[in-house]
Amino acid sequence: MEFDFAAEQPKFLMLMYGLIAFVVVVGGLLLLLDVVPAWFARRREAQLIAASASGAPMPGRRKQREGLFALFFLLPTLLLLTVGLVVPAIRTTLLSFMDDGSNNWVGLRNYGWMFSEGSIVRVLINTLIWVILVPLVATAFGLIYAVLVDKARLEAIAKSLIFLPMAISFVGATIIWKFVYAYRGDGQEQIGLLNQIVVGLGGEPKQWLLESPLNTFLLIVIMIWIQAGFAMVVLSAAIKAIPADIVEAARLDGVTSWQMFWQITMPGIRPALVVVVVTLSIATLKVFDIVRTATNGNYDTSVIANEMYNQAFRYGKNGQGSALAVFLFVLVIPIVIYQIRNLRQQREG
Amino acid sequence: MAFARSRQALAIAGVLGLALGATACGTGNDKKSSGKASSPECAAYEKYQGHDGKKVTIYSSIRDIEADRLAQSWKQFEDCTGIKIDHEGSGEFEAQIGVRVDGGNAPDLAFIPQPGLLKRFADAGKLKPVGADTKALAEQNFTPDWLKYSTVDGKLYGVPLGSNVKSYVWYSPKTFKEKGWTVPTTWDELIALSDKIAASGTKPWCAGIESGDATGWPATDWIEDVMLRTQTPEVYDQWTTHGIPFNDPKVADAVNKAGTILKNEKYVNGGFGGVKSIATTSFQEAGTPITTGKCALHRQASFYANQWPKGTKVAEDGDVFAFYFPAIDPAKGKPVLGAGEFVSAFADRPEVQAVQTYLASGEYVNSRAKIGDWLSANKKLDINNVPNPVDKLSVQILQDPKTVFRFDGSDLMPAAVGAGTFWKGMVDWINGKDTATVLQGIESSWPK
Repeated sequence: MEFDFAAEQPKFLMLMYGLIAFVVVVGGLLLLLDVVPAWFARRREAQLIAASASGAPMPGRRKQREGLFALFFLLPTLLLLTVGLVVPAIRTTLLSFMDDGSNNWVGLRNYGWMFSEGSIVRVLINTLIWVILVPLVATAFGLIYAVLVDKARLEAIAKSLIFLPMAISFVGATIIWKFVYAYRGDGQEQIGLLNQIVVGLGGEPKQWLLESPLNTFLLIVIMIWIQAGFAMVVLSAAIKAIPADIVEAARLDGVTSWQMFWQITMPGIRPALVVVVVTLSIATLKVFDIVRTATNGNYDTSVIANEMYNQAFRYGKNGQGSALAVFLFVLVIPIVIYQIRNLRQQREG
Repeated sequence: MAFARSRQALAIAGVLGLALGATACGTGNDKKSSGKASSPECAAYEKYQGHDGKKVTIYSSIRDIEADRLAQSWKQFEDCTGIKIDHEGSGEFEAQIGVRVDGGNAPDLAFIPQPGLLKRFADAGKLKPVGADTKALAEQNFTPDWLKYSTVDGKLYGVPLGSNVKSYVWYSPKTFKEKGWTVPTTWDELIALSDKIAASGTKPWCAGIESGDATGWPATDWIEDVMLRTQTPEVYDQWTTHGIPFNDPKVADAVNKAGTILKNEKYVNGGFGGVKSIATTSFQEAGTPITTGKCALHRQASFYANQWPKGTKVAEDGDVFAFYFPAIDPAKGKPVLGAGEFVSAFADRPEVQAVQTYLASGEYVNSRAKIGDWLSANKKLDINNVPNPVDKLSVQILQDPKTVFRFDGSDLMPAAVGAGTFWKGMVDWINGKDTATVLQGIESSWPK
């Protein structure tokens, strides 16, 4: 079909409006953030000048005004948090105790369903496998890589190679990996890398994504491929931040590389390590795109986020979907608490 | 310093404001009020007039080129009546329509492809029954078979729009001619032909049920089509309404019958591999081995005509064409499985009803059919206005008095089954699970 610019004009106009609206809103906010504090600063300056000129005692900062000032900046955040987080969280929790159409209270029935229905128990087990493997393997891989390439030649290039997958969206990455796992019948030309290797070694092509539980691990590989770069970059920065004098002192004391790693590097990067593991754990608990794109949760590969979406939005089972959402929320909370406490300790220490 | 910065920001904001103002002016008057309403080609739209300047929003799953064709099909209506139709298509229609309705942001009209979903909204009191004019026109233009799918508690909540016929087997007339095969007209002939092709070293059937988040649906169509052939239409209705359990022996029988083709390693999966490759082959590419001679038969709906590789001639004497999926006992009539979408209203403003009535009319279906790749069960549809040969055949089948039409069963069942466990169950079934376990699983998921 020919591309008719005139016919597409409304779409372009829409696009332009979108861009303009974006610039206006962001520009407006920036302006506000710039003008308001500047105005206060000038006022205070004028007060100080006036005070020093008249020889009167310096006017102290009034606590009350400062409180108002803080409120002014907190208000938008509080408002958005309430509307976007607190209210939905409460509503979802309430919905999880109600039936499919959210009309009657059913007590804990949806939670009972979650732990008794075979396919859902499978979903919970899958999520558990994900949340154990992805943070551990991705972090370990990132750490080993970061240590190995540290101060090596072409370090920047080596690091960007591992970091590149981070720039690909989950859906895009999954589509790429679906090609890796693709299957064509025995005797036909294989289009999947993995099957081509298997055939090259004299084996028979396999339907990788159909075989449970192997398929869950193959999907986990995708997540690790994406996230190892993140772990590597953060940990590499932490390694470089270890004070050089400590490293030098250790060298003078004659440590082996092994001792160096466990006695110097590891304690030095512990806070960064915790951040990486926690971030990856939360990201893994929420994983949705990879499973939905690769198998749509078929062949026993579903995870909580995917099942939650299916139940609530596709099957019209609001209660069961909400119960899964609440369960996911409960799983994330301890990780978040741990992270907050850790941050606090660091600040105090 | 701070002073200079804030000045700069002010200047930026000012320029932005000016730009916004300028573009706003540029579009203020692009809707010209033409004096078309009284011109002769508008005579047919007289009964819909009197809503000049009103807007009607439509939400559907129709996107891209199909959506452009829709817009083209009602352009004259818009020009003549002054009603602006604002159509939005979404690939996530089934999931999003519920969100929009619950959120108080329902469209005026929706094209709902699943009677099950339509019933859910009607039961919840969200849908408006059609107006008297629309109802009269719908009863005139559609068979009761069709209207019963949008009737809930005796009230009509939707008018059929587009339709498709699913009881087709695609084949290559060219290959058939070369090999001396003939188009089978009974089930036995179909199996005999399959055996003959299998003996010649080619796997006769190809199939694929991968379809993103709807994976499994082509297999449910298979089961439904076979169910209509091994059982009476009445049993089929009992099955889709849970009058008989999902794991009834009659259902198991149909599934196993479908299995004699779909799970037969000698028959499938031409061009792709073994039985299990059906699960991972996308429905879009499933039939393409027919064009390369690696497979001979592919059961899929009329809309598969749009999936062939570019340059494939779809005609009775062309590269590919379809024949009617034969009945097992022709004496019982001609069972036809099909589907379509229903125009349902969430608002009952007069202009919304006018659009709904118009979409049920003969003028509309003929206007849409002329643009191509579309058909309807609307009796006013003139077969000469349907350009595509497969669509022509479908119209013939739909208008044939011997035809016993039944709607796609998975669209009639509650979404948790029809768009959930039935799909997933079929994927497991293809992937090796036995019939009894699969049907038992689906039965236990039926909402109580």
